[in-house]
Amino acid sequence: MTGENGNIIEINGLTKRFGSFTAVDNISFHVRKGEIFGFLGANGAGKTTAMKILCGLSLPTSGEGTVNGFSINGEQEQIKRHIGYMSQKFSLYPDLKVWENIRLFGGIYGLGFKELRKKCVSIPESLGMEDYADKSVSSLPLGWKQKLAFSIAMIHNPEIVFLDEPTGGVDPETRRMFWEMICGAAENGTTVFVTTHYMDEAEYCDRVSIMVDGRIADIGSPEELKGRYGEPDMDSVFRKLATKAKRF
Amino acid sequence: MKEFLSFTKKEFRHIFRDRRTILIVLVMPVVQIILFGFAISTEINNVRIDIVGDMTDPTVRKLVQRIDNNGYLEVKGIFTGTDVISERFRRNESDMAVCFEDDFDKKLDKKGSATVKLIGDGSDPNSAQIIANYVTGVISSGTGDGKKETTAGSPLPVKYMYNPSMLSSYNFVPGVMGLILTLICSMMTAISIVKEKEFGTMELLLVSPVKPIWIIISKAVPYFVLSTINLVTILLLSRFVMHVPINGSLLLLSAVSLTFILTSLGIGLLISVISSTQKTALLISGMGLTMPTMIFSGIIFPCESMPEILQWFSDIIPAKWYIIMVKKIMIEGAGFSFMIKEYTILLLMTLLLLGTSIRLFKKRL
Repeated sequence: MTGENGNIIEINGLTKRFGSFTAVDNISFHVRKGEIFGFLGANGAGKTTAMKILCGLSLPTSGEGTVNGFSINGEQEQIKRHIGYMSQKFSLYPDLKVWENIRLFGGIYGLGFKELRKKCVSIPESLGMEDYADKSVSSLPLGWKQKLAFSIAMIHNPEIVFLDEPTGGVDPETRRMFWEMICGAAENGTTVFVTTHYMDEAEYCDRVSIMVDGRIADIGSPEELKGRYGEPDMDSVFRKLATKAKRF
Repeated sequence: MKEFLSFTKKEFRHIFRDRRTILIVLVMPVVQIILFGFAISTEINNVRIDIVGDMTDPTVRKLVQRIDNNGYLEVKGIFTGTDVISERFRRNESDMAVCFEDDFDKKLDKKGSATVKLIGDGSDPNSAQIIANYVTGVISSGTGDGKKETTAGSPLPVKYMYNPSMLSSYNFVPGVMGLILTLICSMMTAISIVKEKEFGTMELLLVSPVKPIWIIISKAVPYFVLSTINLVTILLLSRFVMHVPINGSLLLLSAVSLTFILTSLGIGLLISVISSTQKTALLISGMGLTMPTMIFSGIIFPCESMPEILQWFSDIIPAKWYIIMVKKIMIEGAGFSFMIKEYTILLLMTLLLLGTSIRLFKKRL
């Protein structure tokens, strides 16, 4: 469900205050359907707070917007049904087996019994870990866990998937494979909203926004931004903008 | 509903996968009942008595015989002076010395009274007091039925209506029930919720379409089942091993227990909202819940003999009210009309706890 201009996320004047502290300060942006949107910013810039509002986890202090056509000010339940989410921390149950995790999250998102059984076979197969389906998740290497977590976040074919620093602590090879999965999901029409600290990953995004002190300092495709600031790579662009931060 | 089911299934899996915990949870009530039943006993048994006095005196001899014939007392040594007593205590060879004054029989004859002195090892004041009372009873009944009346007169006959043989198990079985239910429902629920917060999986559940209230309920269901199993274990053990009767209605007992389980779940939820790590949750429920429950609910120390301010404090411990009701039902066989006050207090506590914690839970997450 998208707006008339093909935007799946539309945010206008979003502000979130905690007491006298303004975590997110009047930001506006939009995300087009099917693109990979990089949501960058230093630690404490307000990324996670903004993302929580987009996922329907908290309410904005002021401002409005829609995610997948549902208002962030009162249609949280519908938003939750249509998004996938993978958190910063590794977030599957380590003491449960691979197939039990699949069945649990499939069940939570209302998949039917037959569909669940199919997923329990097809997800490990597509990740090349058929032999591990009956092992507990804690016995998997971190990179595999992350890939499994991503597949499970996609289990109900959501229109948008939110990834909060999905590749933290993962080796470069696994990171590359992980981004192949992300690109594959985007090609299949899923919108990807991703936060990251790795600027080489920002280059894979269709468009990025850079948050500084709760505001969006700039937004555009990596090429546009590099051209605008006359820098060779995203790392330098990010440093140029992030050093203006006064908050920390 | 389907979401709820897959969630509850997951909670059961968590519990059954963790074999050590499940073992502890299922075995704990058995161990506690056995511990309280056989090890921690407030009854006196095998008390070692020393006698100081003139054994040629006929009344003294008769009294000593009486002490020696008593099943709980055992005469260990007979001395002529009190100077050896303290060494006997230090060597742990005796628990109490009974000292008769000289010319006991003559004085009793002439003045109508004679003095017996009891010297006890007071390092354990509780048992010393119990022993002293008991020995006093034995001696006074001994002097009373002889040829002369003592000034103390004959002791009053006492009958304990609901516990004729004064078994301590009548007191601790209801106590252990309260303790176990508090432990399982509050501590385990709190830890299982805080664990999700700590691992970050709670976030994942909250972005899912499952409503928070269902998350809470599905967390509670397995512990509810576990505590029911524990309750049945305790009741069977106490009935057939400890011989504690269940005089009242089993239905009423279940209803009261159910209410108390809800109270404990409310406490557990409150702890899980306050604490952000499992360690904190464990500490709060250990020090802030289990300890006060043991001390203030009347399992070990009677609330009536506490200073007034501590009695007020004991009133806010839900387990106290539950234990009072269980005693009334199991031992006295009382019906609901005898516990309206206690039940109302417990119910109000439950509603308050559940209401506050659910509101806080929604707000914090």
